[in-house]
Amino acid sequence: MSAARTGTGAPAGHQEAIDTERVVATAAGPALPARAGRRAASLGSRVGLPILVAGVIIGLWYLVTEVALNQYQRFMLPPPHRVLEVGFFTWGNFTALMGALRWTAQVTFIGLAISIVLGVGAAVAMSQAKWVENALYPWAVVLQTVPILALTPMLSFFFGFALTPRIIVAVIIAFFPIVSNTLFGLQSADRSMHDLFTLHKTSRWTKLWKLQFPAALPAMFAGFRVSAGLAVIGAIVGELFFKQGQAGLGTNMSVYTSLTEGEQLWANVLTASLLGIVVFVFFGWLSRRVVGRWYLPSSR
Amino acid sequence: MTTATSAPALRFSGVTKKFSGGTTALADANLEVSPGEFVAVVGPSGCGKSTLLRIASGLDEVSGGTVEVGAKQLGYVFQDATLLPWRTVAQNVGLLAELEKMDKRERGRRITEALALVGLAGFEKHLPHQLSGGMRMRTSLARSLVLDPDVFLFDEPFGALDEITRERLNDELLRMFELRGFAALFITHSVAEAVFLSTRVVVMSGRPGRVIADIPVPFDYPRAPELRYTPEFGRLCGEVSQLLREL
Repeated sequence: MSAARTGTGAPAGHQEAIDTERVVATAAGPALPARAGRRAASLGSRVGLPILVAGVIIGLWYLVTEVALNQYQRFMLPPPHRVLEVGFFTWGNFTALMGALRWTAQVTFIGLAISIVLGVGAAVAMSQAKWVENALYPWAVVLQTVPILALTPMLSFFFGFALTPRIIVAVIIAFFPIVSNTLFGLQSADRSMHDLFTLHKTSRWTKLWKLQFPAALPAMFAGFRVSAGLAVIGAIVGELFFKQGQAGLGTNMSVYTSLTEGEQLWANVLTASLLGIVVFVFFGWLSRRVVGRWYLPSSR
Repeated sequence: MTTATSAPALRFSGVTKKFSGGTTALADANLEVSPGEFVAVVGPSGCGKSTLLRIASGLDEVSGGTVEVGAKQLGYVFQDATLLPWRTVAQNVGLLAELEKMDKRERGRRITEALALVGLAGFEKHLPHQLSGGMRMRTSLARSLVLDPDVFLFDEPFGALDEITRERLNDELLRMFELRGFAALFITHSVAEAVFLSTRVVVMSGRPGRVIADIPVPFDYPRAPELRYTPEFGRLCGEVSQLLREL
């Protein structure tokens, strides 16, 4: 935020009045060495520490592969360099991997988009009438708790093995956090804010649009981020089951497990989690773009 | 300032308010506010002071008695500033005008005027979290001023502020009152604030709330901040405090 705005425009008569009050907006002025140092330190801790942890994890991985597993068991967890070599740096395998990623990503994005539309829609409906909430919310919970694998035979019976059933599985898994977070957010505006709108005879749609919906955005984005990861899992679970049709990362995982090709299996696992991370980071970025200007979590 | 025949800005006649939980917030409360009059209400917490305002504004219904509101436009200032955190100061100040579908150019003109009146010119583009508590309250006041209300309801608006900021906002509120000449019903816990601002101080009993004293404040407007240090002011504050202690 610009430093120049603070206090400069106030007429002289009020200047004194304002000076006595603490203006929280602080100058972003010329970067002082101390501040630059602090920023570097914070960057170091935000980037350096995760890299350090990655190093520890890779170290543990080698430890398990080389020490805990004997040569006959090693196929379960081949060493990282073998995974890179076979899974990523072998051209034929890499193109197959990317093909599978494309397919899984498609299921993830479509599933997530549908979850967001349906989830936000359901939460808005519930926020507008208590009876809708009473009628629907328990079933949203059931949807989350139902063992998805029990549903898949039925899904394949109705929808075959292609895109549709996989998307449905992704939606079922990703739906709930969006509903619960959005509903929580829509109900988070406090009573005096509602009173203020009520005093001016605001229609419920105006209230929804100008008060409840913006107030819900931080919680909604928190829900989207959780669901983004879940949508990836949903897509993979769907593919694990619907092995026919186009091969996705989940299909490959299942195939390489039965072929005991650990390198390929882990290449697919890593790619899947990379997909999850990308979607998660994207929503974090989007959230900061949309609400970061005004929404300040107390932990920051 | 007012004549006995003019219609009141606010009139509570035998107002009773029972909540569904069984508590009686108000019992036979009678109170009248004439146009241009500034009435402060003091009383122990939970005596239904805020309920008076909620009833006057139509947010709550009476259980018995009647309320007349002779206002073309009602202003309501809450305990908290109740600003929308995603809107800038100017956008917050324009909110009520926007809800009332005021023409955009007129709205812009009034926002500028109201911000100047509360001493926040130059802060249009700040967000609420960048402001101090006092500045947030000024923004809240400006938001109501935009609609130029003829009757103002204040629900302990400065209760959460420190003493210095509170006194300064009292001075400024008086300036607005002297300038705009609205009628006001002002709920507060502070006896000094009540006496300093008002033409009359109304003392309410504990729950169920009823009016037990109505004390005229004889000081002329415009009132200088130094009024607070005069012996007459002190005496009147003492009188009100004494009444509250006897409750």
